[in-house]
Amino acid sequence: MKFQQCTLSNGLTLIAETNPAVYSVAAGFFVRTGSRDETSEVSGVSHFLEHMAFKGDDKFSADDINRVFDEIGAKYNASTSEEVTMYYAAVLPEYLERALDLLSSLMQPSLRREDFDMEKNVILEEISMYEDQPSFTCYDHIMATHFAGHPLGQSILGSQASITALTADQMQAYHRSRYHTGNITLAIAGNCRFEDAVALAEKYCSRIPQGQPSRLLPPVEARTNSRLIVRESSLQQHIMEMGVGPDSRDELRFAAELLSVVIGDDSGSRLFWELVDPGHAEAADLSYSEYDGAGSWMSYLSCSPEQVAENLERFRKVFADVNANGITADELEQARNKVASRVVLRGERPMGRLSSLGGNWMYRQDYRSISDDLKSVRSVTLDEIRKVLDQYPLAMTTTVGVGPLAEL
Amino acid sequence: MSQPINSFRLPNGLLVIVEQMQDVQSAAMTLLVPSGGVRDQENKCGTAAILTEMFSRGAGGLSARELCAAMDNLGLQRGVHVGSAHINFTGATTADRLCDALPYIGRMVTQPHLAEDDFEPARDLVEQSLMSMEDEPRQRLGKMLREYSYAAPWGSAAEGELDHLENISIEDVRNHYSQNMAPDEAILGIAGNIDPGQIRDAVEAVFGSWKSCPSSEPGRGRLPQSPFHIEHDSAQTHIGLAWETIPYCHERYYEAWAAISLLSGGMSSRLFTEVREKRGLCYAISASLSTLRDEGRVFAYAGTTPERAQETLDVTVAEILRLHEGITDDELQRCKARAKSSLIMQQESTTSRASSLARDIYHLNRVVTLDEINARINALTTEQVREFAVEYTPKSMVLVTLGPQSLDPACVTSL
Repeated sequence: MKFQQCTLSNGLTLIAETNPAVYSVAAGFFVRTGSRDETSEVSGVSHFLEHMAFKGDDKFSADDINRVFDEIGAKYNASTSEEVTMYYAAVLPEYLERALDLLSSLMQPSLRREDFDMEKNVILEEISMYEDQPSFTCYDHIMATHFAGHPLGQSILGSQASITALTADQMQAYHRSRYHTGNITLAIAGNCRFEDAVALAEKYCSRIPQGQPSRLLPPVEARTNSRLIVRESSLQQHIMEMGVGPDSRDELRFAAELLSVVIGDDSGSRLFWELVDPGHAEAADLSYSEYDGAGSWMSYLSCSPEQVAENLERFRKVFADVNANGITADELEQARNKVASRVVLRGERPMGRLSSLGGNWMYRQDYRSISDDLKSVRSVTLDEIRKVLDQYPLAMTTTVGVGPLAEL
Repeated sequence: MSQPINSFRLPNGLLVIVEQMQDVQSAAMTLLVPSGGVRDQENKCGTAAILTEMFSRGAGGLSARELCAAMDNLGLQRGVHVGSAHINFTGATTADRLCDALPYIGRMVTQPHLAEDDFEPARDLVEQSLMSMEDEPRQRLGKMLREYSYAAPWGSAAEGELDHLENISIEDVRNHYSQNMAPDEAILGIAGNIDPGQIRDAVEAVFGSWKSCPSSEPGRGRLPQSPFHIEHDSAQTHIGLAWETIPYCHERYYEAWAAISLLSGGMSSRLFTEVREKRGLCYAISASLSTLRDEGRVFAYAGTTPERAQETLDVTVAEILRLHEGITDDELQRCKARAKSSLIMQQESTTSRASSLARDIYHLNRVVTLDEINARINALTTEQVREFAVEYTPKSMVLVTLGPQSLDPACVTSL
């Protein structure tokens, strides 16, 4: 694998990790924009825009885009988070040009009004679909509650009301303000030659306007908060809790990742042995998420309503013990081995490499090879784990529940 | 594009298929043991699911924690899943460590402790996951659709039934194990950058002493009649449709595959275009093939808000019924292109190859190489696919819905 990068004549950054030993190539535009960059009047516009991108431009109609992607057998899609909107396709090497032609058209969509009105229905259906998934509902509310007043608390999908009220003009304005070369990275991973990638990128990306949109990075104010969404007919209770963790530029993030594996991986972790293995809960996890200028611990509990109080107590005991006494060398070694294997297996396919390639660049303008990641995982020490726990103890300040319980 | 494939059978019956993949760093395995939910006794649906929960709770003299630590330290990503026909053990790690990891999988399969103390926690977990499924409308609908499509026990949920769990004892679980968890009809698929000779030695050492115990698959029982509606205070109405098609082992399988691909294969497929893109009726819509050894179904799903649900049902059924109309060469060409790229990308995934090897053996008694699939798909003509679509136009359909209001099933009942 070989990493190369360049800046195209319009200022767009191209990064590529080429590997002649794989059979496919994946390409993706990573746009540094998401729900955190929206104002409340246009809540949900980043995600809605991601859908509208597939409705075409002057060259391709909506039908063309779906048809041509299928003609070249592409595995393609897009996703929107709080911070990044990405558009990607994995194809056989001979179709890279067609794929880039299409993907680049997604960056400058026409946003035709009739398409906008029709797609609005699909977005409203997507919002309803997620309402029927309790764990997603729980996630949406914990973000809104934990980051209340902070941009990260803004909903990715938006609400029925905000989407219904959104106009095509507002979307146009949002697009004009965010989709500039300084805010977009084109990443390519897999079987292709770098020179070819550069030539194709120059050929198809020249229309993307120059510019460097900004993003507000206010500090997160930690405060205690809780919220229960009551669903009387549900059988299970879902509880998420959140606390402050290291941000995406913090050197402690690898230690935080390993700590979350030791404490809250879905099998073989402390929470697993305390709650899941004895049958007290269906799920009991801890995860760590890094954001631009912020970070969080998030725990997740799914169990029958009668067991919630005891289970939350079990969480607190596990966290208190870790905060006070740390973890053992054996636990750390087991987590290192687990994570190292995940890094290798995920990195085996171009699609797996693409997200890591683009993600590192988005957050840190940094390239990390699989060996760099392995080295970082291997070199985490118990001292660093102690340091994470001292600076960012497992102390949850926000609690959100979805299920039959009206109080905890 | 195919890579070398070896197979051998141990004296106890275990059939092993090994595919060498030289351009990858990992290796993966899938072990199918014919002890799935269809073998649960009547009113004890969930026995296989509880057994599945118990394999990792101590085996071959190692405690649950020792077993877990050993496998984690080998970087083994693993799972044990219960299906209708099989309990399925999967594992993947870097290629150099698979032989070291196999003995631990082997302990779980051949020497699980099945201790009395571990029974309650395992049953509690199965109960909790069934309750979660009840809260997820789409999952619950999928379970019902299967139940109304295949006769019992093949349509029964392998995950179990909530009201059966209290009938199940540790003795039932142990009996299920001793009567069904045998190598006779078991299949082990392994794919990755491995040495077949080494793998053979490792497999013989691990599974050679696994005791044979012949058994057979159960027949067919009752099939409930649809249309069926489940009242639920969900945001969307969830619609499930099913109809008969041919199973994977049928010689015309690739025609069936192409027909369903036209209907729901990519974002330019008919259901996506007509129901979502042109009418904005839903976000999620799909249709896919499901197969048992000797029968097959198409399962279709759409989720939509109650006020648009009737139109969604009517439009979806109309598209299904007119599938044979106006099939173009371009349409089929797109299906072929998608298939070709999936096949080639499969060579980058040891996990998906290992599971395909085992699945092929179960359904066909042989492995279909990627070259063969490619050739069969390339040879398809629009005329063939059209004829198939005409011949297999649904003559009846199963309709199951879940949501605040039931729908008018006329478009289905009038067939």
